[in-house]
Amino acid sequence: MSLLASDGSDRIERAAVKGRSLWDDAARRLMANKAAVASMIVLAGLVLLAAIGPYLTPFAYDRVDKDDVWLAPLTSGHLLGSDALGRDLLARLLTGLRVSLAIGMVATFVSLVIGVAWGATAGYVGGKVDEAMMRIVDVLYSLPFIFFVILLMVTFGSNIVLIFVAIGAVEWLTMSRIVRGQTLTLKNKEFVEAARAAGLGRAGVIARHIVPNLLGPVVVYVTLTIPAVILAESFLSFLGLGVQPPMASLGSLIASGASDMELAPWLLIFPSVVMVLTLMCFNFIGDGLRDAIDPRDR
Amino acid sequence: MLRYIGRRLLIAIPTLFLVITAAFFMMRAAPGSPFDSDRKLLPEIEANVLAKYGMNKPLSQQYVDYLAGVAKGDLGPSLKYRDKSVLDILKENYPVSLKLGLSAIAIASLVGVSLGVMAALRQNGTTDHAVMAVAILGVCIPTFVTAPLLVLGIASKLGWLPTAGWNDGALANLVLPVTVLALPQIAIISRLTRAGMIEVLRSNYIRTARAKGLPERLIVRKHALRAAILPLVSYLGPACAGLITGSLVVEKIFNLPGLGKFFVISALQRDYTVVMGMVIVYAALILFLNLVADLLYAVLDPRVRLA
Repeated sequence: MSLLASDGSDRIERAAVKGRSLWDDAARRLMANKAAVASMIVLAGLVLLAAIGPYLTPFAYDRVDKDDVWLAPLTSGHLLGSDALGRDLLARLLTGLRVSLAIGMVATFVSLVIGVAWGATAGYVGGKVDEAMMRIVDVLYSLPFIFFVILLMVTFGSNIVLIFVAIGAVEWLTMSRIVRGQTLTLKNKEFVEAARAAGLGRAGVIARHIVPNLLGPVVVYVTLTIPAVILAESFLSFLGLGVQPPMASLGSLIASGASDMELAPWLLIFPSVVMVLTLMCFNFIGDGLRDAIDPRDR
Repeated sequence: MLRYIGRRLLIAIPTLFLVITAAFFMMRAAPGSPFDSDRKLLPEIEANVLAKYGMNKPLSQQYVDYLAGVAKGDLGPSLKYRDKSVLDILKENYPVSLKLGLSAIAIASLVGVSLGVMAALRQNGTTDHAVMAVAILGVCIPTFVTAPLLVLGIASKLGWLPTAGWNDGALANLVLPVTVLALPQIAIISRLTRAGMIEVLRSNYIRTARAKGLPERLIVRKHALRAAILPLVSYLGPACAGLITGSLVVEKIFNLPGLGKFFVISALQRDYTVVMGMVIVYAALILFLNLVADLLYAVLDPRVRLA
């Protein structure tokens, strides 16, 4: 009877204190990081602009107007000027931002799915399977990225969906290594052993202990992969392999702006500013998340 | 040590073999042929051309022939550049990419490590914040933004340096491309160094060194730096390979005769042998640099045992 009573009072006490989970702590630390919070606000603004902006501009992004070429910013309704074909830069910039953000997120999602599945399987099963799977990753790592993408482009023709897949298919390699490494260390950690000793089943261990601890590095890596993907896409566009005109991405706008920079510097400067701003936001958020989730590295 | 190197080199051979195999069949699976052109070749002529390059044989036979050639150090003739072998192209253009890449890495390591150490020693001070701000900018401004802006400002408007061209690797022609290549690396390297340094400076053996009265400069140089640049070593391997094989964008903007452009053009033109040669060079370079990184690791950190 006394045992039961003490058990009951213990439970009441615990309810009153209300434990703080690791994630509560992480969120608190993240919110204390000014750069990360500011970046989240700016990024939210950019995403909003990319989502609804293209519907609000007075000109369509692909509307050619041969009377209004090379207009400087703030002339005849073109807020940011116009390009060699008289297309409105503001409309093209918002569309480009939308395309770049979409590519960044979709390709990162592709790499996330492949990378986590591959890495977790290799790490959890271990042994020969692990060795074979990671050897495949090593081989793919030794192939130059651009080689992959060019092959995919020439095989299937250059289209947007393919760019998503191609970049995602390259970025998953690092993700799988991170996830495998984490799974390996977690498998043998004392707290996992303790959970097992306390009678928690295999599924319970994975769900309650492995996955939440895996999630930290993965979330951090995801926020750092999105800007890497945006950069990779711009790189492709710069080489003429990415988004095809009249569609625009931040990279293709910068590429064409760079070739006309002596005549119309605004065509280079505005897309560059938006690009740098976007990449900066993601990087600050990624850094903030890393500090919040893994405070050891501070 | 020697046995370890020998074993690593032996492991590298099957990896390289897998890379060659994957690249060969992926390349051939792509539609199109190196002899496609606007003018359709007569069937007899096309048959002759194919026979000349051994491309009339079954694919598996071509694969075996190619491997035999590679084993003998022969990468075959270019299918697009008449009278040039793949080795000729590599010999002609590789030094350019190599010079660019090595200069960039050398400068980036020097500047990046110095900045990182300075920031770490004054953690959370003004220098630290300034260095980290520069580092964030360096990571976020892509080379294809810095390159045109620097050309526009320094070369076009001020006329201090040539806007483009190689000019046999003259110093004035090297400054801008190397700067553009080095900037993002400086950013990454200074961040890695700072993080490593901060962690090391907290460790017990540094406290011991301080306790026995060593001057701070000596502690940093002799004790801390060696351990702090460990993460850098594993980063530099792949980074070197990427830089040396030619930053495509920089070579394009500055119109430099490096390897980079061959990669894109040759793949688009289905110049199979040139692309394969490039893939082999890149893969071999990565494998080699990873080995060097592991060896360096063991030299820098006596706790690491090579086995």
